[in-house]
Amino acid sequence: MSDAHDNGKFLVGIFDDDDVVLQAVKEVKNAGVRIHEVYSPFPIHGLDVALGHPRTRLGIAAFLFGLSGTLTALALTFYTEGFDWPMIVGGKDSYSPIVYVPVIFELTVLFCALGMVGTFLVSNGLGPTVKPLMYDLRTTDNKFAMAIDLSKNNIGESDIEQILKKSGAAEVNVKQF
Amino acid sequence: MSHVTSAVRTPLVTGGKTYADVTEDISKQVEGNPTREWTIAFTIAVIVLTYGTACLFWTWWEGLGVWGLNKTVGWAWDITNFVWWVGIGHAGTLISAILLLFRQKWRTAVNRAAEAMTIFAVICAASFIMMHAGRPWVAYWCLPLPNTLGSLWVNFKSPLVWDVFAISTYFTVSLVFWYMGLIPDLATIRDRAKSKVSRYIYGAFAMGWNGSAKTWARYEYMSLILAGLSTPLVLSVHTIVSFDFATSVIPGWHTTIFPPYFVAGAIFSGFAMVQNLVLIIRVVFKLEDYITVEHIESMNKVITLTGSIVGVAYLTEFFIAWYSGVEFEGYAFINRATGPYWWAYWAMMTCNVITPQLFWSRAIRRSIVWTFVLSVVVNIGMWFERFVIIVTSLHRDYLPSSWAMFHPTLFDISDYIFSFGLFFTLFLLFSKFLPVVNMAEVKTIIKSSSEKLPVSVSGVAKGERVANPTFNKNVE
Repeated sequence: MSDAHDNGKFLVGIFDDDDVVLQAVKEVKNAGVRIHEVYSPFPIHGLDVALGHPRTRLGIAAFLFGLSGTLTALALTFYTEGFDWPMIVGGKDSYSPIVYVPVIFELTVLFCALGMVGTFLVSNGLGPTVKPLMYDLRTTDNKFAMAIDLSKNNIGESDIEQILKKSGAAEVNVKQF
Repeated sequence: MSHVTSAVRTPLVTGGKTYADVTEDISKQVEGNPTREWTIAFTIAVIVLTYGTACLFWTWWEGLGVWGLNKTVGWAWDITNFVWWVGIGHAGTLISAILLLFRQKWRTAVNRAAEAMTIFAVICAASFIMMHAGRPWVAYWCLPLPNTLGSLWVNFKSPLVWDVFAISTYFTVSLVFWYMGLIPDLATIRDRAKSKVSRYIYGAFAMGWNGSAKTWARYEYMSLILAGLSTPLVLSVHTIVSFDFATSVIPGWHTTIFPPYFVAGAIFSGFAMVQNLVLIIRVVFKLEDYITVEHIESMNKVITLTGSIVGVAYLTEFFIAWYSGVEFEGYAFINRATGPYWWAYWAMMTCNVITPQLFWSRAIRRSIVWTFVLSVVVNIGMWFERFVIIVTSLHRDYLPSSWAMFHPTLFDISDYIFSFGLFFTLFLLFSKFLPVVNMAEVKTIIKSSSEKLPVSVSGVAKGERVANPTFNKNVE
């Protein structure tokens, strides 16, 4: 599920530029501050790596869902045409896997896409009734926010504020959840 | 190093837009009251839809006898319209999936509208399948459901059943792809919303999105896989539609080049429809800085390429009809070009093969008026292509005593009009209530593809092109 520990007191550094925030992540980390998360209006390449997030395993989920689609289609065509009610159409064997390729392909894609998107929503804790945890409302517009969980850091609040400002934060706010 | 772009590339975003400008320019039309033009257009669309729906219900009530079909010509406008709409529905996913894999940055400004168009076009196409089946209340018979009629399953060897799977999968995956693309933008609208109601509605659809780095990383990964899935999918759909014809033994249909020929034709007509819609959107919503002449030219290049492929396919068909030595095949093609439907054949040839070649001229390719007119012409031509393939192949079959002509009735025409009403009603609703350009994606290309650097950062002066590599020294 999503970040379960989004509570407590946070320092939020607001940045104006994506390249600045990416560099700031490295600087803040080097200064010994643990970063909770960075929020941005659009994806910033390399940011997840800089933050040390593990590589997503969504691909594995996609593969498994795709495989389940392939197997479903094979089972469906085998059961109906090969076993339950064999029919000879167009001089082909009643069960002739080659003519089922379109159906097998489509069901593979369908299961893979729906399963992967479902996994994505669940793993990020997204859903129609979810209340968004916004550290700053402007992060869906033009600002970039770096949230620092004060309870997870031994460095003092004012020191972290200094580090954030030094690394390019335009402003530093306190956010309490 | 996503920001590095050659300095010789023409900018894709003009007017020195900042990230905030992108949000403002695109969210504005969602937030404001409907404009007069929108209200008038929407009213017309709803009136057309109402008229079409009434005619459609009469078609279903009375039966397909109200159409001009006869014993010889059993497929005519219904399947023509179906294939035409499905073809139009190919551009959206092509733009968002294939162009994403090819890293074409210009797709970012047009993918949202093109995908919406795709979804609505597929809905229109599906409505013709429902009409043509005659009894929509038993439409579920085309699904492999357990039933009480004995072990009566659908015939998985039939291309018509493949079509059911292909089109429903295509529709579902396109819808999901489009909706996933909308989520970050819906969150933007939610966070800007002034009224409680719109914050609630857009908030529900934004699903609690907050743009964290972890979510974005997964999101990008998911988009890439969805693009990888949609690429073969988009090619498979029209391939399978072409199988409806190609696996039969009707001269003129029984052709192995149908799959690539149909796919090229589909992309050709889809891009033409995107051009028509986007040219209107950019003016009405004042998005000329986002959808530039550069974008229009890129799409015209795709139209020229696919139009030429279609032209080669027409000539190949004709050549093979003669070269195969099959008398029936040969006659089918002679009859197309010189028989009673010669005008349809030559309309197709002119609109699809000859006029799109004008786009070889740079001035025409970059002219808004020419693009709009030629795109309309392309879609007329592509409608005639399907009409020619379907009706002229059927109307003179193996038995000369049963040769016949097809004459459309009021209901053939009205049911076609219905699909326009449906399409434009849906598209106008989309253009009012959802952001027509993908804001999040456009923001990712601002630095590399904007005319001017929006903000002064990292020692780069305002106004300098971002191709300057020193600007990217921070990016690993």
